[in-house]
Amino acid sequence: MISISAKNITKYFHEPTTFKVLKDLNFEVNKGEFVSLVGKSGCGKSTLLYILSTMDTDYEGSLILNGENVTGKGQDELSRFRNNHLGFVFQFHFLLPEFSVLENVMLPAMKLSKYSNNEIEHRAIEKLRLVGMDEYALKSAGKLSGGQQQRVAIARALINDPAVIMGDEPTGNLDKQNSMIVLDILKKLAVENHQTIITVTHDHDFAKQTDRTIEMEDGKIIN
Amino acid sequence: MKAFSLSLRIAWVHLIAKKRQTLVAMLGVTFGISMFIVMISFMSGVNDYLMDLALDGSPHVHIYNPVKIERPALASSVYDTSKTWIKVHHQRPKLEQTKIRNGQKIVGEIKLMPEVSRVSPSLSSQVFFNNGPLQFSGTMLGIDIETENEMYKLYEKMETGSIEKMLTNREGILLGENLAKKLNVNVGDRVNLSAPAGGSFMLKVVGTFSFGMTLIDETRCYVSIQTAQKILGKPANYFTDINIKLKDYNKSQQLTKQFETMFGYKAEDWQEANASILAGEVIRNTLTYVVAITMLVVAGFGIYNIMNMTVVNKMRDIAILKATGFESKDIVSIFLFQSVIIGISGAMIGVILGAGISYGIDQIPFPARELIKLETFPVTYNVKHYGMAIFFGFLTTLFAGYFPSKKASKIDPVAIIRG
Repeated sequence: MISISAKNITKYFHEPTTFKVLKDLNFEVNKGEFVSLVGKSGCGKSTLLYILSTMDTDYEGSLILNGENVTGKGQDELSRFRNNHLGFVFQFHFLLPEFSVLENVMLPAMKLSKYSNNEIEHRAIEKLRLVGMDEYALKSAGKLSGGQQQRVAIARALINDPAVIMGDEPTGNLDKQNSMIVLDILKKLAVENHQTIITVTHDHDFAKQTDRTIEMEDGKIIN
Repeated sequence: MKAFSLSLRIAWVHLIAKKRQTLVAMLGVTFGISMFIVMISFMSGVNDYLMDLALDGSPHVHIYNPVKIERPALASSVYDTSKTWIKVHHQRPKLEQTKIRNGQKIVGEIKLMPEVSRVSPSLSSQVFFNNGPLQFSGTMLGIDIETENEMYKLYEKMETGSIEKMLTNREGILLGENLAKKLNVNVGDRVNLSAPAGGSFMLKVVGTFSFGMTLIDETRCYVSIQTAQKILGKPANYFTDINIKLKDYNKSQQLTKQFETMFGYKAEDWQEANASILAGEVIRNTLTYVVAITMLVVAGFGIYNIMNMTVVNKMRDIAILKATGFESKDIVSIFLFQSVIIGISGAMIGVILGAGISYGIDQIPFPARELIKLETFPVTYNVKHYGMAIFFGFLTTLFAGYFPSKKASKIDPVAIIRG
């Protein structure tokens, strides 16, 4: 089953001058596949990821995520789609510092409001256990270390059981040991939960551990 | 509903996290609202006081026979005035009595009208009070004591003596407080007054009154209408004014016109008689509202600034919320809730503070007792004003919060997250 299907994706940057960042990209990712996007700085891999994430809608071509055509949908509809089907892990952990670890994980689920608050809390603790952060549940998110915050961010990405998890250099800011922990968690998700994972990375050791590596250069997929 | 409670929860956490900032924004609203209430309560207190003064001191409609200075020249009855200019320099008035002809009949007719509550014929004239070698001019009002008492609540205005004595004593006179002082007389003393046409009379002071307006208290005296007729040497059907109190004083303008056409005499309503007081009211109201609303607007700008700052500080949070599925309206409601919470709590405290300050002003003794009779600064407590303050306060915070919230919802998460 195909999880991500990108057809003829083309994108321009208009500042400072018009420049073609992505040139007619076509690729597919299967469900449960762990894919890494690699390439030199400025090759367009992050730009591609943000198009795949549905947050950037300024592109040409068509994008089908989890069987649903997301190209041309409105911002609010895309928000709901992300809430339901996508999970994100960013380079700089990006937790809400005033909230507790538990609340950070619960927020996207409370937004989705598929479950009662009690159930959401239960599920959130489960996800935190998965990333080994359950004992920090009631701590303030702002007080955790970078590696810990990144693990909480993964738990948050998982809370609504998304079909696709996207990472923008999720280990880019972490030391070797924490990187390995994050990698292991992601691998486990792909294998055990059949969740599709696509991450941008600079780290070749990280890329080697994934199922497939898509290499980009000058806005094209070369491998 | 659930989405709202989630936004509310996030808004609340943001507010709590920045207690000092929240408090400052709240105090801005509190100050604006309380001053709004204080100013409006005080100003409407002043207006109400002056309005009462005007309504108490003057009839709703006053019918009289004005001295006609301008009259058509005699020559105009001979020449065709469309072809001939006639100019008479320094025309003298005719000797005309200022009495109202058919007065009793007119009074009887007015009495029967359903809108009218009381009618009182009266007689007014300039008189001179003699105090040794000095003479003071004053206004003598010959009145029907009972009716006039009911109309103007004279008993409330009495300073010394009693109004009932006027009924039994035909030679009795009521003097304005300041006039009595000038004449150096007290209740029981006699005063000597003379009429413009000559003759002097001794009357017995049975009381002094004070309207709280120097102009009246320094010149006015009351005698019974019969006594006044005697002093002026006029017959018993002679009177110069008809004073009317209506059941609803707002109808005075319409009835004034009706009286003028019915009887052919000049009729004046209380608004006309107190035009200066009423004109002042418009100016005071305008000024009050302008200042009060400016204060709220300033408080609004305070909130606007603080909310803008919050939005800038919270860009990453907004980006992450949007990335994880929060829609524009959720973001708007998060920040709008913050400013509304600030607005409502600030307004509530402001209302209490405003009522407290108003009460305080109400207790301050009014210094210029000589000029107008007022014990403390006048303040009204009107629920409408408080409601208005809360409403406007809420409106300003809503406006002040809306634009930063809208800005927050337009933040592009990609731009923030990619850095």
